[in-house]
Amino acid sequence: MQAKEIAQSQLDSKLLEEIENKTHTKVSACFQCLKCSSGCPLAYEMDYLPAQIIRMVNMGLRDEVLRSRTIWVCASCETCTTRCPNDIDIAHVMDALRETALRSGKAETEENLRHFHEAFLSAIKTWGRVHELQMIGMYKLKTGRFMEDADIGKEMFKRGKIKLLPETTRGRRAVKRIFKKTS
Amino acid sequence: MKVAYYPGCSLHGTAEEYDESTQMVCEALGIELKELDDWSCCGATSAHCTNDKLSVALAARNLALAEKGQHKTLTVPCSACFQRLKAADYRMREDKQLAGEIVSLIEMPYAGNIEVLQIIQILAQPEIVEKIRVSVKKPLKDLKSVCYYGCLTVRPPKVTKVGDYEDPMYMDVLMETVGADNRFWSYKTECCSGGLAMARSDITKRLSGVLLTMADEADAECVVVSCPMCHANLDTRQNALLAEGKIPRKMPILYVTELLALAMGIKEVGALWSKHLVDPRPLLSSKGLA
Ligand code: SF4
Ligand code: SF4
Repeated sequence: MQAKEIAQSQLDSKLLEEIENKTHTKVSACFQCLKCSSGCPLAYEMDYLPAQIIRMVNMGLRDEVLRSRTIWVCASCETCTTRCPNDIDIAHVMDALRETALRSGKAETEENLRHFHEAFLSAIKTWGRVHELQMIGMYKLKTGRFMEDADIGKEMFKRGKIKLLPETTRGRRAVKRIFKKTS
Repeated sequence: MKVAYYPGCSLHGTAEEYDESTQMVCEALGIELKELDDWSCCGATSAHCTNDKLSVALAARNLALAEKGQHKTLTVPCSACFQRLKAADYRMREDKQLAGEIVSLIEMPYAGNIEVLQIIQILAQPEIVEKIRVSVKKPLKDLKSVCYYGCLTVRPPKVTKVGDYEDPMYMDVLMETVGADNRFWSYKTECCSGGLAMARSDITKRLSGVLLTMADEADAECVVVSCPMCHANLDTRQNALLAEGKIPRKMPILYVTELLALAMGIKEVGALWSKHLVDPRPLLSSKGLA
């Protein structure tokens, strides 16, 4: 990452408090030991290391963290959270940043990952359980990536692993209400 | 022993062989699984990645259903569902205000009296291990295995309450009990990329390629798993990985319950091999097991 100058006016003093309140984790306790980042399996895909994201939250670099690729390629493996000597729940901070990025319309990169989450949740909202075929169909429509992994899909379909018809539950209306009340 | 059973969406779809083998093994061991009435999706990765309250509520609904059904223990084979249910329970315990909001979202009470356990945690209990030991009909002699737990079986320990989170032993104990030539390796709890597979298959290939290569280094012939997401990520991309020279050879990925059923002489398990993309039959028949 290139060093760049940051003007005082770019810093958002509310970000730290906002994320700490959402995650009940003391982000300000970070002493930059980098333990979270040395064990992160996705570090090679990230624009900022997990420790840098934590530092940026502390500093109030709102736009930079919310627009980062890091928050989307994080696989939620929880290695960072498990190893942090200061008990900072970094994986949960990543969750909070993704949600904040979506709600504020700042999410910028990795559009396909967002389409995937959307397709997945839409299937649950309809049936109460995941219907793989609907989820895959919706994802492909959104992304236009029809041929990608088509060979794997075919093999799974042949083996009965992808069902034509959805499975549902009596509680699907209750599930729908949960979606509505939390949207 | 009677326990409530949360199969989760994968076990009714892409991981039917895990569901079926779990039921076979439990029946043979006298563990009565009562499928949780009216269960719904735990929300998986997508809910917690995008909507915190939704993720806790979707998982908590199932905990509340288990309590309503007067169960004490809820067993969950899928590591991802397990971790989501455990996380909801943990969050509601730690944060009473959140617990109140969740109860009103799911329109059901939850007192926090449900113990959530993975099926491997139940099967690895000493008295069950003894039962398995005496029911072995076909020891998995010479089958060289490594056990792969992935992330969500163990992490984060404050949520999963797993003690040996860097070196879990549940499946290793089970494989040794049924006579497999089980190997140790350092990749038990490395990440397979989880839910990134559909949108970023390049990441999944890279991480699963490393795991398969390391399993080969440990001289294993198969990888034993307990998570449908790990299974899919390791099983489905081996053709491409081999063609690109990223793995030395293809290797079957088997659910621990399938291998237990095989060792316990449960014939029906034979119908499950065809569900795998990497066919385990050549390996198993070379050992006189299928
Ligand atoms: S492990 Fe914790 S203290 Fe160390 S850099 Fe990461 S967040 Fe900061
Ligand atoms: S949870 Fe995300 S940031 Fe933390 S180690 Fe895993 S991939 Fe990296």
